[in-house]
Amino acid sequence: MPGLIDDIAGLRNSRVWRSVFRSGSGESNLHRSLAVQQNVFLHLASVKVRRRVLKFSATWYLGTLSLGCFLILITTGILLMLYYHPSVPQAYADMKDLQFVVSAGVFLRNLHRWSAHAMVLLVFAHLFKVFYRGAYRPPREFNWVIGVVLLMLTLFLSYTGYLLPWDQLAFWAITVGSNILAAVPVLGAKIRFLILGGHTVNANALLRFYVLHCVILPLVTVLFVAIHFWRIRKDGGLYVKEKTDDRN
Amino acid sequence: MTETEPKEFVASIDSDSRRTPVRVAFVTRRTSPQVRTHDDPYVMTFPEVLFRAATAVEALLLALALLSLFWDAPLEGLADPMQTPNPAKAPWYFLGLQELLHYFPPIVGGVLIPTLVVLALIVIPYFGINIETEGFWLKEPKKRMRALAIVVAALSVFLIVFEVWSVLVPTILIAGIMLLGASPAANSGFRKWLRMKPLSFWIMSWFLTVAIILTVIGTFFRGAGWALVWPWEA
Repeated sequence: MPGLIDDIAGLRNSRVWRSVFRSGSGESNLHRSLAVQQNVFLHLASVKVRRRVLKFSATWYLGTLSLGCFLILITTGILLMLYYHPSVPQAYADMKDLQFVVSAGVFLRNLHRWSAHAMVLLVFAHLFKVFYRGAYRPPREFNWVIGVVLLMLTLFLSYTGYLLPWDQLAFWAITVGSNILAAVPVLGAKIRFLILGGHTVNANALLRFYVLHCVILPLVTVLFVAIHFWRIRKDGGLYVKEKTDDRN
Repeated sequence: MTETEPKEFVASIDSDSRRTPVRVAFVTRRTSPQVRTHDDPYVMTFPEVLFRAATAVEALLLALALLSLFWDAPLEGLADPMQTPNPAKAPWYFLGLQELLHYFPPIVGGVLIPTLVVLALIVIPYFGINIETEGFWLKEPKKRMRALAIVVAALSVFLIVFEVWSVLVPTILIAGIMLLGASPAANSGFRKWLRMKPLSFWIMSWFLTVAIILTVIGTFFRGAGWALVWPWEA
């Protein structure tokens, strides 16, 4: 084992590794700080956090798990795109192909769908947990607003994805949802026309929902997730109750 | 040591750092990172936090993968605009909304209420009422009792007019639970806990309870024609 560890350390100090990751290996806190600071993704987070925020009871890890769902959804979503045509009625035939032709196709679709439901649930739970902890209070108020935007994006993502199988369940759920839009005064019917590309749910709606679901909404969500994480660091790290008594 | 003329420093604006190497940093309160001093122990993000996050995500993936092995996603027949299922239901997270549409005209249930909910969520951290952490009953209990009575009565009348019993019942129930903490005698156990809860807690808890109840009814207890049914009859 010591040989292996030395090999890994040697690899991490090699010229090639350092050209990619900038910081070498090391046990010191400086090296550990650099590992976070010098990485474009990790630098959104702070290099160290208070031990108390890591306790399960503090956050229930709901934010982390929401991100986890999002990552699973991106991965399974990209794979599903390889087998999917956003056209009528081919979209439905593709569902049947996933079921009977594609290896592990059913599993792929199941994982995508259950992860989507889990993400909606987890994001809601995250919102309420943050509220009940009082973690939305200044200086974190704007990050709360970004969180609400992320909740909306999660719902839109789930809703646009709901239509894509083009089965009865999808068609009528979107019909019911888009009819609510029509109740908006003055602009209602126009907004619905814009989103559906027609007066009813049809092939145009499927294509629009597909573009929203696979391109626009995921990109916007990634952007807001990045801001959300960065603001955690800027606002002084995750909220923990200041110690006023010995209970914490 | 000889006395010299005091040096003059001039803060000038120049983007060439070789010609004017002097830098003045203005750290204003608005843009500085929020730092509070405390004696909390710290841990390094790499590897400790990342390891925990990765473990949590892996556990999640495992759970979802197991679920996906044994429970298939629904797939009904090909979409047919000519054949309306009864009832036609939105995704589960919109069923609370669909339930509201059953009681209120579309402009209220479909536009006004959801818009207000989203706006209310956004402005939460900008209102003093939500930043205060003081128990609702600790100050001016008589005045607050009157205010509560008026609000609950007005809300109840509104809900009775539209016959929304599924919202009326939890509303009155939560007001009742609030009252348990009203008396100064409530100084131990559960009642003391109730007494120490701020108004924001009560409003959010009411919203959460109502949202859950409406969603559960919409999901499990609504059948053909949006009539009330038992889950096993649907």
